[in-house]
Amino acid sequence: MNRAWLPLVGFGVLAAFLGIGLTLNPREVPSPLIGKAAPAFSLPTLAEPQKQFSVDDAKGKVWLLNVWASWCTPCLEEHPVIESLSKRGIPVYGLNYKDKEAAATDWLRRHGDPYLLSVVDPTGRVGIDYGVYGTPETYLIDKQGVIRFKHVGPLNPQVVERTLLPLIQKLRAS
Amino acid sequence: MLAALLCAAMPAPASSTGSGTDGSGAASAPVVPGVARPNAQDPVLEQRLIAVTKELRCLVCQNESIADSHAALAVDMRNEIREQLKNGMTDRQVLDFMVARYGNFVRFRPPLDWTTIALWFGPGLLLVFGLGVLIAQLRHRRTLADARAVPALSDAERTALASLATSNDRTTQDDRMGNR
Repeated sequence: MNRAWLPLVGFGVLAAFLGIGLTLNPREVPSPLIGKAAPAFSLPTLAEPQKQFSVDDAKGKVWLLNVWASWCTPCLEEHPVIESLSKRGIPVYGLNYKDKEAAATDWLRRHGDPYLLSVVDPTGRVGIDYGVYGTPETYLIDKQGVIRFKHVGPLNPQVVERTLLPLIQKLRAS
Repeated sequence: MLAALLCAAMPAPASSTGSGTDGSGAASAPVVPGVARPNAQDPVLEQRLIAVTKELRCLVCQNESIADSHAALAVDMRNEIREQLKNGMTDRQVLDFMVARYGNFVRFRPPLDWTTIALWFGPGLLLVFGLGVLIAQLRHRRTLADARAVPALSDAERTALASLATSNDRTTQDDRMGNR
């Protein structure tokens, strides 16, 4: 091969790598929790602070844990998607992350409450256990309490139709 | 640096840089002498905290360490790690705790395995490759230069050159004579 082509080949290789890089999302950090038991917590619920909810209470269900906050704008963007999931009969529990109780309650009153219930994590300590680094985040947890899927950022209809719903079907059947 | 970190550990650091974003870094944060006191009760612990948090990536502003970042998550993590160190966890245990939750990506120096092998050795290999290309090029150039500097003459060319030289000599002599 002619040596004159070498720079062009080099450029091609570089362009290919950079091109692949452009399609990846650097904010998407693969969670090491996939396939592991959902970290245990027992937190007061938003509606009734004297009541506690723990991961074990949802055992036997295929359910979603959605991390949200009233200060989180993408959560509002995601809100209709969560509502549609809830309407389809998928149990969605909320983890109200680093929020103020009054603001959270107000947010749900204004935009609608798609959650079976929301638990409150005002310090974000449970968030650290779940590897939360940005809201919203959504975890799919199976009947045995094992995390099967995690989505960072607002859920969109594509992810729901292509990934989430088929996975839920599969997990429900097993 | 200690003071800068402690400054950053405060919930609401008074940022004078005006950049307003989390990317401003602890180094540019103003050092307020009074602010460092509450956390400086245990300087040894704080030193360990800095050492450990420097190893951990802030997942909000990914090019900053937990030690440097002003992001709320980094503040939470620092507080969490401070508690863990106080409770007697080793540096190793703290790192493992964070890796278990956020993955190896949270470490600036991830362990060597198949997914990180290119990260660890890629730059070195590229350097060796680059040096190889450079040396090959330089050698190639020298052989070219050598070839130009000493053009080898065949025997026939030498004879031709010698005869040219003698005939040239003669011509010069003739010219001189003619000039007289």
